Parts: sequence; C-alpha cells; structure tokens
Amino acid sequence: MDLRKRVLELMEHDARLSAKTLATMLEEDEEVIQKLISKMEKEKIILGYNTVINWENAGCEGVTAMIDVKVTPVRDLGFNSIAERVYRFPEVRCVYLMSGTYDLSVVVEGKTMKDVARFVSHKLSTLEHVQSTVTHFVLKRYKQDHFIFEEPEEDKRLVVSP
Amino acid sequence: MSVMDKYLSEVVKSIPPSGIRKFFDLVSQTEGVISLGVGEPDFVTPWHIREACLYSLEKGYTMYTSNSGLPELREEIARYQQRTNGLDYDPDKQILITVGVSEAIDIALRALIEPGDEVLVPEPCFVSYAPGAVLAYGKAVPVETFADDQYRLRLDSLAEKISPRSKVLFLAYPNNPTGGIMDREDLMALVDIIIKNDLIVISDEIYSELTYEGEHVSIASLPGMKERTLVMNGFSKAFAMTGWRIGYVCGHSDIIGALTKIHQYTIMCAPIMAQKAAIEALRHGEEQMRKMIDDYNYRRKLIVNSLRQIGMDCFEPRGAFYCFPSVSKTGLSSEEFCERLLMEEQVAAVPGNAFGSSGEGYIRCCYAASVSNIEEAVERMGRLIERHNNA
Repeated sequence: MDLRKRVLELMEHDARLSAKTLATMLEEDEEVIQKLISKMEKEKIILGYNTVINWENAGCEGVTAMIDVKVTPVRDLGFNSIAERVYRFPEVRCVYLMSGTYDLSVVVEGKTMKDVARFVSHKLSTLEHVQSTVTHFVLKRYKQDHFIFEEPEEDKRLVVSP
Repeated sequence: MSVMDKYLSEVVKSIPPSGIRKFFDLVSQTEGVISLGVGEPDFVTPWHIREACLYSLEKGYTMYTSNSGLPELREEIARYQQRTNGLDYDPDKQILITVGVSEAIDIALRALIEPGDEVLVPEPCFVSYAPGAVLAYGKAVPVETFADDQYRLRLDSLAEKISPRSKVLFLAYPNNPTGGIMDREDLMALVDIIIKNDLIVISDEIYSELTYEGEHVSIASLPGMKERTLVMNGFSKAFAMTGWRIGYVCGHSDIIGALTKIHQYTIMCAPIMAQKAAIEALRHGEEQMRKMIDDYNYRRKLIVNSLRQIGMDCFEPRGAFYCFPSVSKTGLSSEEFCERLLMEEQVAAVPGNAFGSSGEGYIRCCYAASVSNIEEAVERMGRLIERHNNA
C-alpha cells in the first residue's frame, strides 16, 4: 500500500496523531510525513479536521434535521448549481445527491426546531428549482463517525494476563 | 504449610504458582496504571461474530455437540488448514474442537506422556507448557533460545537437551512473549533430529495469523512431519475471541482419537455458542481480521522504534503482539525493573522470567494498547531509566 493511503487511513481514525508518531509507526522520516500531509492539505485531499462531540453531554442541546429535497435539474448544470446554492448556507452540515425518490439529502443543524423550520420554509423551499421538501428531525444519536454515543467503550481486559 | 496441604497431591504441590499471577496481584492494587501487561487483543470480537452467536442462541442452539465438535466447524477448519498451511486433515478423524489451545495442550500431554518422559520446552515461552508436562507426570526440559538468534530454536541447543526419554517437543511460533518466528529454513533444520529421535511436536500456532514479516510456516507442512505433529490453533488472537475459549487440534487420527477420549470424559464438548461463533469467524471474518492485523503492525513499529529511541535494546518481533526489550543495561532484574516501573511510573509490563529463566533480563510489553498509551508508557519507561542511571 502506498504511503499516502496508509497515512490517510491512520489519520481518518485519529486526526491528532502527530507527524512524529505517524513517522515512527510507518518507519518514515518525520519530515517526509509532515511534507506529505501539507501537500495533501494543499491538494484538498485532506479538507480539514474536526471533533466528534456529544453536545448533549456538554449540556448544549441542538437540533439536527435531515431534509429530502426534490429539485428540477438546471439545463447544462444538472443538480450541481442547486446543490451549491444549498451548501453555502452555514446551517447546512452535509449535502448529498441521492438516487431514489428524492434528489438532495440535506443535513441541517440549528439551535431549536423553530430555527430549522424557519430555514426550510424561508430559505430552502423558496429556492428556484426546489419542488418539495420533507423534513425529518433526528430524535437520538446512537453512533456518528464510528463513535458510539451512549456507552463509553472501556477496556474490560484484566490488567495482566499470560 | 497450610492445614489442608497434606491432602494435596505431590505433583500439584511441586508446581510453582504462575509468576504472572504474582505480578497481577501487585498491579491490581495500583491505581491509574497503563497496562502493557495483557496477553490479549484490545479489540472486542467483531460484531458480526458476536451477532452470529446471538442468532444461534435465538434459534435455540444451547445443547451439547458431538465430542469432536460441530461438523461444519471441523470442515471449516479443514479448509482453513488447507488454505493457509497446505495441510489436509480429515474433519471426521483428524480434528478435535477444544476449549482453547490450553485444553488441547493439557489433553495432548496427558495422552502422550508416560511417567518420566521428557518434554522439550523452548524458552522463553507461554506459561502453561512446563506445568502441563509436570501435571502429566512428565518432566519439562527447558531449551534456551536467545535474542541474538531472534529467539529461534537452534539445532545445537535442542540436540544438547535430547535424551532417550525425550518424547515431545513444543514449538510455539510466532512466540509469546518474544514475538519471534521460525521461517521455513529454520524449521527445516530441525526436521532430521526430530525424526531421528522419534519426537512428537506440539505446534502451538495460536499467533499464526499475526505474522507481519514473511509468512507463517507450520512445521507439519514439512516432509515427514505431518504424522508426528499436533497443530494447535484457535480463535482468540486472530479474531479477538479470547473469552470464548475455543480452539482446536489437528493431527494423526490415532492421536486425535486418544485426545478425544480424554476430552469426552473431562470436557464433553466445547460450548456450542462459541463453536457457532467460530464458524462465522472462519467463513466471514477474514476482512476484519486483516484490519486488526494492520493495526497491530503499526503499533508494533511504534513501540519498537519508541523503545529504541529511549535507548532500550529491543529485538524486532515479527509476530504476535509483544515485544521483549532488554533491561539488562540498567543492572536491574526483570522483576525489579517491572516493580519500579509499576510503583514509580504506573506502567505494567510482565517480567521476562515469568516465561522461563532465559527470559531474565527482559520484560514483555504487549502493544495491543492504544497509540497514546504506548507513547505515554514508553515515555514513562524512559523517565525511570534516566532517573535510575543518574542515581
């Protein structure tokens, strides 16, 4: 496997691995790894780094909705120009083009249900080419980006064993 | 001497308690320990395997199986041995499902050993071989292996320990605690002496999948060796299934028949739920297993290179998930080093002498631990060594 792929696989699961640690794990020069990461950042292979947070545990409640959007594709531009208009809103966390009964799946975050409802009625559904929207509110988060929200996965092994 | 001592058999009394046990008690009393002392994966069993077990329970698979184990499992094992080692075993007569390799070792020794027979045990090694031999009224004869030889069993060391009473030779590669492996040529070098002295080999291959450099070779696959080798393997390490207690032994039908006799009277059969899970592991577990192995491999390099960076001599382990650095430069014994590491830096590693006297001067560090714990543990070890050197 090439070095780039190995670095990416390790970083996908833990973005905090330092270049030094990665270099030791991969038996490469630290500088080589550092340069490779910078290069991948420039080339937009690595788009950014964020943190998976259980906001509920932090005492900050929020609302997430998944919205199914049906749109009329634009001549020459297809769905892309509409998707672009949607994803530029800061409330929008993800946008996917879907196969099936609707076209765009939009994940929206807000402080309250009212916030999200306002976004849908005022901004999303009023966009030209948007035919209809169906909003699903997330009731509970069980797992996100490989992390399980409820029970912390603790080490249940004996501390010493043969 | 305790009150009940007089009732205990001499053979049991002659066995010292496991060195690991002693250390376990010490570690258990210490708070906030980073442990490199475990002997098992840090993954839980992949979900699809656990789920297959739950499904089998729902379906009501809660009864005995045949003594030898479920036929589907034995067939899967036969295919697996053919695929990985090129060995053909008849699932009906040459494979027995056991409660871990530990049971297989016990019943094999009981089936093979006459009182006074000698069992050749290359050391350092897993803790149960020598006591197993003694419990079967045999005599364990340690054969030293060395870091300079990458812990491979040398022909001359073996030859020196062979006597007319030698009956069984243990081979356990990839090795716990050293991480050493034996290549085809290394094993080939031993074939003649094994055959000439009419030895039976117990090949404990529980770490076979965890071979990072080169390929695992079973001695049973070498010319003339299949008939006189018992290949033992299981699911604990490769599939992260230690607590399921499920393993197996393959070999000549006459020997497997004898083992089955002991197994049927003492164990009856391995738990059916573990057998069901093992079938799932062999049928669909390859992909997840490969991922776990890749992950161990990264951490293997991390720990070995980090230990070397703090100045410890560490032979490059090529299998299992342990490294076995030397602490002899500190002038401390394995036990002294581990005790100070635990008391002063709250890091648990296992003293090398727990795996035989030739492990003295070394410690076993298991790298089935998180990256941050490995880095932190090595840093603490470095602090201890520096403090000790400056004292």
